[in-house]
Amino acid sequence: MSGRDTVLGDIRSALADVPGAEAPDHDPVPHDVRSQQAEPDVVELFIERAADYRATVVRVPPSDAVAAVGRALARTGARSVVVPPGFPADLVPEGSWSWLEDAPPLTVRQLDAADAVLTTVAAAIALTGTVVLDSGPGQGRRALTLLPDQHVCVVRASRIVADVPEALSLLPPHRPLTLISGPSATSDIELDRVEGVHGPRTLDIIVIAGE
Amino acid sequence: MSGADNLVWLGTPAFPEAARTALADTRLRANLRRATGTIRDRRLAVVAELDDWEDLRETAAAVKRRTMRHLDRHLLRLEETVTAAGGTVHWAADAAEANAIVTRLVQATGESEIVKVKSMATQEIGLNEALAEAGVRAYETDLAELIVQLGGDRPSHILVPAIHRGRSEIREIFRRQMGKWGRPAPEGLTDDPRDLAEAARLHLREKFLRAKVAVSGANFAAADTGTVVVVESEGNGRMCLTLPETLITVMGIEKVLPSFTDLDVFLQLLPRSSTGERMNPYTSLWTGVTEGDGPQNFHLVLLDNGRTSTLADEVGRQALSCIRCSACLNVCPVYERTGGHAYGSVYPGPIGAVLTPQLVGVENAASLPFASTLCGACYDACPVKIDIPEVLVHLRAKAVEAKRRDRLLPTPEALAMKAAGAVLSSPRRLAAVQRLAALGARLVARDGRIGVLPGPFARWSGTRDTPAPARESLRAWWRRTREEGRTTTEGKGR
Repeated sequence: MSGRDTVLGDIRSALADVPGAEAPDHDPVPHDVRSQQAEPDVVELFIERAADYRATVVRVPPSDAVAAVGRALARTGARSVVVPPGFPADLVPEGSWSWLEDAPPLTVRQLDAADAVLTTVAAAIALTGTVVLDSGPGQGRRALTLLPDQHVCVVRASRIVADVPEALSLLPPHRPLTLISGPSATSDIELDRVEGVHGPRTLDIIVIAGE
Repeated sequence: MSGADNLVWLGTPAFPEAARTALADTRLRANLRRATGTIRDRRLAVVAELDDWEDLRETAAAVKRRTMRHLDRHLLRLEETVTAAGGTVHWAADAAEANAIVTRLVQATGESEIVKVKSMATQEIGLNEALAEAGVRAYETDLAELIVQLGGDRPSHILVPAIHRGRSEIREIFRRQMGKWGRPAPEGLTDDPRDLAEAARLHLREKFLRAKVAVSGANFAAADTGTVVVVESEGNGRMCLTLPETLITVMGIEKVLPSFTDLDVFLQLLPRSSTGERMNPYTSLWTGVTEGDGPQNFHLVLLDNGRTSTLADEVGRQALSCIRCSACLNVCPVYERTGGHAYGSVYPGPIGAVLTPQLVGVENAASLPFASTLCGACYDACPVKIDIPEVLVHLRAKAVEAKRRDRLLPTPEALAMKAAGAVLSSPRRLAAVQRLAALGARLVARDGRIGVLPGPFARWSGTRDTPAPARESLRAWWRRTREEGRTTTEGKGR
């Protein structure tokens, strides 16, 4: 406890200039950053921005969605694919894939050996090309989308919002949240961007919109 | 300061001396010029996309300012919410306390190795060294930190600690050192950044899969929900935050934000300012412990280590608003030429020049407030509008004051300033000195310029030509030509 008392005591004496009765929100915050203008077509903007980060993005009508999932897996030659609990059964393509369910929980070794993972999203952000996972149904716990080398992510158009503030306002803060913008990347060597370090090196985004 | 403390690297020379060595290193300068040029262009492009960028900066500055004014309340609220969510909060007044807490927590797990996410706070307290003394090996997992660790080197940039290394140097480090730390570099490794990143992926994979304990820093923590945020690119952060059983996060007390909704502002500002991306590849947010997902033991260590003494300075306090984006390093003409090592601290560049002297006491880093041209590029680039030039000038005054206190005799500079003060405070004395100067200058000047002077004046004149003063001062000219103005200038007109 001594560390706690020391730190709090030092903070209070450092703030001797702040009147004791001052409310924490006494100083006004000048702008409302949530009042951004919505983009006219968030779906197209999301597709453009996500592709900009070298995610592979396709836009398909609902009738073609399951086939698009199959094409994404076929492109990389993935064989074993993780399917989180709650992932829509009508989006799992028929074929010779071996589907891994997380019940009982897969070990890290099993996940590391898997080729790909399928998920839905909690939200997607147009302005930044970001998908957001909140470990809800169809997404599973965080490790599922981390160890397999390909992440195939199905985004319904209704999940796409304009910007970061709008997305955060929809998310449950108490659940683990992961914001993903393109595949894993580094700029640590001469600030030259290289895609694919520790997270999935291939990110496929399938946007389901219109008919 | 404890011996393990890393904030100021003991034994490194003062900035002017260290800068001289750095400036002579042409490879370093080429690496830095290329890297900072790239990142500057990228930042400008993504900042220009947001039409409310200035509003965001002002909002961020205001949020930080008011958070600092009630820091104790926000930290207590954070402690409450993190604890309620299943985490444990620890408080550390200095580096030694923080290192002791983390070492004890690691030892309690029975593990002798940990994986680490890049963290300035743990760099600052010298955690790796402290753990090594206790027999615990810490593996850095960020690519640049890995390069620094394998190379037995020091970081030279906040975001890209290995910015001083070129690709072929990195290949050499990987080839020679990786085998000593784990999986060796692949045969026939080239210096293509793609190949180097792949080598790091293979080298670290095994460590991630078997790690039981991870240590991270934090970019932000929301007091109202207890949510902690780590912003990263490579996925090494997600590995450390997700796979181990125990997670220990060391966070400076200034990182707390009152509310989860404050993240709206900072998650827009940070990636654009730091890597020049609209959004960084991975942002992880977690609140305490979640059953069945991620570490089941979460410890949050709140670190002071000089922050409260920074908070006590009403001018210098704004340095605590820093979100460690490093935009100020990338735009700084001094940093671009000297690199980060010359600053002799884990916090280099303009923000380091204001932060380091405040964290360790200005007398322990007295050359840093002078490591700047006061051009103001850092202030323009700062996403939270820290007026770095203002703080630099403020700290220069403190450094001079500290130096004066320690001396029995005044410095020549202090004497000159005292004389100048006496002259400038009296119009009569000023007029007399101006007449003398005009006369004296004509004796030493050649072609209207004063070159090298003898004796103590050489310290000023040795590096610059001074134009000779005019034959007649403005004041004298005014008096001579505007008879009617005399009473005004001499009398009440001042």
